[in-house]
Amino acid sequence: MSSNHKHSEPANPYLEKRRNGEETSELEKRVSDIEALLISKGIVSKESLDRMIEIYEKDLGPMNGARVVAKAWTDDEYKSRLLQDGTSAIAELGFSGLQGEHMVVIENTQEVHNVVVCTLCSCYPWPVLGLPPSWYKDAPYRSRIVLEPREVLEEFGTFLPEHQEIRVWDSSAEIRYMVLPRQPEQSKGASEDKLVGLVTRDSMIGVGLPKPS
Amino acid sequence: MNGAHDLGGMQCYGSIRIEKDEPIFHDEWEKRVFAATMVSFGALGSIDAFRHAIERMGAEKYLSTTYYEHWLAALEMRIEETKLHSKAKSDVPLTPEDVDAIVPTGGNYFREGVDSEIRFATGDRVRAKNINPAGHTRLPRYIRGREGEIVTNRGNFVFPDTVAHDLGESAQPLYSVRFESAELWGSEEGRDAVYIDLWDSYLEKAE
Repeated sequence: MSSNHKHSEPANPYLEKRRNGEETSELEKRVSDIEALLISKGIVSKESLDRMIEIYEKDLGPMNGARVVAKAWTDDEYKSRLLQDGTSAIAELGFSGLQGEHMVVIENTQEVHNVVVCTLCSCYPWPVLGLPPSWYKDAPYRSRIVLEPREVLEEFGTFLPEHQEIRVWDSSAEIRYMVLPRQPEQSKGASEDKLVGLVTRDSMIGVGLPKPS
Repeated sequence: MNGAHDLGGMQCYGSIRIEKDEPIFHDEWEKRVFAATMVSFGALGSIDAFRHAIERMGAEKYLSTTYYEHWLAALEMRIEETKLHSKAKSDVPLTPEDVDAIVPTGGNYFREGVDSEIRFATGDRVRAKNINPAGHTRLPRYIRGREGEIVTNRGNFVFPDTVAHDLGESAQPLYSVRFESAELWGSEEGRDAVYIDLWDSYLEKAE
């Protein structure tokens, strides 16, 4: 809320928890049991599990979304397709699939700043941003961003003008949201390749802004 | 269900903890839970059944364990509950090529051509119903009973509240609805808004 109290650092097991070796080996054992079951049931091969991990570690991440944004900044027709039908326009660049089946891109303007959350779980647009960071999945962000977005953005170092309206998009359905940040003034006229480097993950979630140059 | 997962608007969880240069996975077992879950969806039922398993893992556990521990708990529950749909041993196991095909394709939750009544138009005033189902729902508590405005009709989407319980898809209009901060949190917060996707079943006409 608009009070100026500081959030004290909580003694919260959810945030503080660090596992010891014994707990880790118990978790490893539980996972191994499941893998063994899936393989013995003929559902999957070990190689397929490895491939799944590899895709999300190497192929998918915010570098994909950054290409979408940079293209939208340099190509007005693309931008209008992107805002009209996010899923198709993003697929034009080769990004699609799991947790991005129904994409909606929301544009930041001088008057409106958008920010994305999933208060009920951790919905996030995987094809364009990869897997979400921990803070996106943890309780503090999910609980507070809908209640006090301005204060939360300030914790990310993002200070918005008072007159700018903040719209918080709660991903309650299978629609996945990506923010189209405003292009930094200094970067106008720069090449698409150069612009890609200015687009941060946080600017596409809406908790941050692109690098100025 | 009114579970610990329904976090919107709570004030007891402290400040945002940002981990610098955070790795995609923090531990080897996290990667393996992720992969095992992703390849099992066909055998384990809908994504909403999986979400509901996390909701049922217990509030204390939910709040005191990490993200992939939630996945692990839900995966174990769903394996137990579905017996992996008794998938026959003779079926051909998923290959790396299958994985390469599944990831960029994904699912489809939109149902074209389903005949459904469109009760609301852009600009209509609506109220989120005050419901407290014991099962799965995607209507968060902080929205229930509040009045908002229809922004867009996104078309017919499968309905999580029934799909999660194997009660059919009940595809119906999904609306993007705008709620003013002042309506959600009180008169002080005048300027900002929450946009949320709500199914027809969650909504009634505002008086």
